[in-house]
Amino acid sequence: MTTPPPVLAIRRAEKRFGAVHALKSVSLEAHRGQVLALLGDNGAGKSTLVKCISGVHALDEGEILLDGEAVAIHSPAAARRFGIETVYQDLALFDTLTPAQNFYCGREIAFPSWLPQGLRLLKGRAMDRQAAAVLDRLKVKLPRFDAPVALMSGGQRQAIAVARATVFARKVVILDEPTAALGVRESRKVLDLVAQLRAEGNAVILITHNMEHVIELADRAVVLRQGRKVGELKPTRANQQELVSMIVGAEA
Amino acid sequence: MGRTVVNVADERPDIAADAASERTSGGSALIALSLRLLSIGPLLILVLLAGTIGLLTPAFLTPGNLGNIVAQTAVIATVAIGQHLVILTRGIDLSVGANLALATVIGSLVFRQVDSAALVMAAMALSGALVGAVNGIAYVYGRLPHPFIITLATLSICRGLALELAVGHTTMRGMPEGIAALGRSTSFGLPSSFFVVAGVAALVLVMAKAMVWGRWIYAVGGQPEAAVQMGIPVKGVLVTTYVLSGLCAGIGAVILAGRTEAGSPLYGNLLELDTIAAVIIGGASFLGGRGHIGHALVGAVMIGVIRNALNLLGVDVFFQMIAIGLIIVLAVEADVLRNWLEARARVLQAARAP
Ligand SMILES: Nc1ncnc2c1ncn2[C@@H]1O[C@H](COP(=O)(O)OP(=O)(O)OP(=O)(O)O)[C@@H](O)[C@H]1O
Ligand SMILES: [Mg+2]
Repeated sequence: MTTPPPVLAIRRAEKRFGAVHALKSVSLEAHRGQVLALLGDNGAGKSTLVKCISGVHALDEGEILLDGEAVAIHSPAAARRFGIETVYQDLALFDTLTPAQNFYCGREIAFPSWLPQGLRLLKGRAMDRQAAAVLDRLKVKLPRFDAPVALMSGGQRQAIAVARATVFARKVVILDEPTAALGVRESRKVLDLVAQLRAEGNAVILITHNMEHVIELADRAVVLRQGRKVGELKPTRANQQELVSMIVGAEA
Repeated sequence: MGRTVVNVADERPDIAADAASERTSGGSALIALSLRLLSIGPLLILVLLAGTIGLLTPAFLTPGNLGNIVAQTAVIATVAIGQHLVILTRGIDLSVGANLALATVIGSLVFRQVDSAALVMAAMALSGALVGAVNGIAYVYGRLPHPFIITLATLSICRGLALELAVGHTTMRGMPEGIAALGRSTSFGLPSSFFVVAGVAALVLVMAKAMVWGRWIYAVGGQPEAAVQMGIPVKGVLVTTYVLSGLCAGIGAVILAGRTEAGSPLYGNLLELDTIAAVIIGGASFLGGRGHIGHALVGAVMIGVIRNALNLLGVDVFFQMIAIGLIIVLAVEADVLRNWLEARARVLQAARAP
């Protein structure tokens, strides 16, 4: 009873899309204050697994435990209520909305509280102020705070999506290839944000194809291949080659 | 020439970089200006159009004729307000015209039982909203890929039902005094229907811009998948949008029944096309997620002005249709141009990032 249970645990997760068996009895654990890298080739099932955790898909079999308790995550809204934030591969930003509006979309600050959320009136000023404070704290620089995010660069959009996750994360933050489309400088910015999320006590699940980033940031790495978990280890320079062969399936 | 430039850049990278950043900032100022122009374009065209027509036919800018335009535009404008909400969510409501006809027929039937303006109005509004609810529920819970087919189906059903309920009459004369007065009376020199449109517009403006629900319809229309991922109740948002579109058709029915003091299963013919045209001409994006009520209103007035002016000038009705068609093409191209400019802005932004 001395060590706390992992903040997130997946037990024997199964998921099929028709004939595609995307997840085959996958189990993993994520701990507070740690970065867990989720590795695997294209189509290995990484995005499918995180979508099951974040409520976009439902598991066919298996269970999800939060702080040791089995939970049913029926929808993205439910996942967010459980304190799970996700930065999706496609960012899930709304092009026509400003950064602040994006931050709070789906969780608007509004009044009066006795009305159902949809009928409440927006508190635009409060949302602007708080979003600006967060971006400031994370040292994210944007050309204009009141412009729609459609007008911003890939790195700026990525930073907004990650910053949004930091506002609401309480337990788990999942990042699906957050640096895939970025240059060196912009990647650095996002990696710094990831480190900050970890420092704030979240369990971070990081999907990436970049081994440098894995070795730099990850406390542990789980490798998926064709929907199956094929290995778990602490990534270091020394075992980088082993990790790569696990991913492509060429060990032996 | 090109060679020299490369050499300079090689030797003095700072100069080359400065020049590049100057070019990009000049470029983005131009893009910002173009985007602004595009956003006020429809209003600008409307003003120019009205001015030109005013010069051509002095009869156009008389208070009497302007009142006429307002009265004739009121129905399209009201229904287009609902249509614009649907288009904001990437949808389309083809049933509004038939929905309106059915509502006037039901209003007439209620009037035959009781001579109460309140009851007849409520019946028309309810009938409209109910058809909208059928559209929304069938679309969302029937898991249809697009609302086109279901609203096409309800178009047919409503028209058929209206004809059936009217039992062979093409017009059912008579409306309660309260409704008829709407079409006849004026206040402050404006037809009363103007104030109905203004009221509906003000209400929808508040809902779309100040309410959380409004933020959600933009989110659902802009990036439907992201809306699901961000936990927005997408299904509920879609159903309420179609209900409101139907309700606007019902209110349009009240205005039209008031002006003609009758109900008819033939009313609202091609109104779906007029309202879609109004929204698009006004400058909302057919791709969803962008637009506002001003677009629907400007577009509706533009259609009203074109019809009225060409009537005054004695131009054939077929030419009116061609003119409106051409303006639709223009509006859609403007939307494409806007998306392209925004993509350019993004590239420049990335080049300039610190
Ligand atoms: N919604 C879906 N419907 C059907 N098949 C799907 C769906 N989503 C994923 N798949 C399939 O499941 C498998 C795993 O896909 P997934 O997106 O999880 O891979 P990934 O590891 O994230 O790959 P990448 O590195 O390319 O992002 C693939 O074969 C994919 O085609
Ligand atoms: Mg993926």
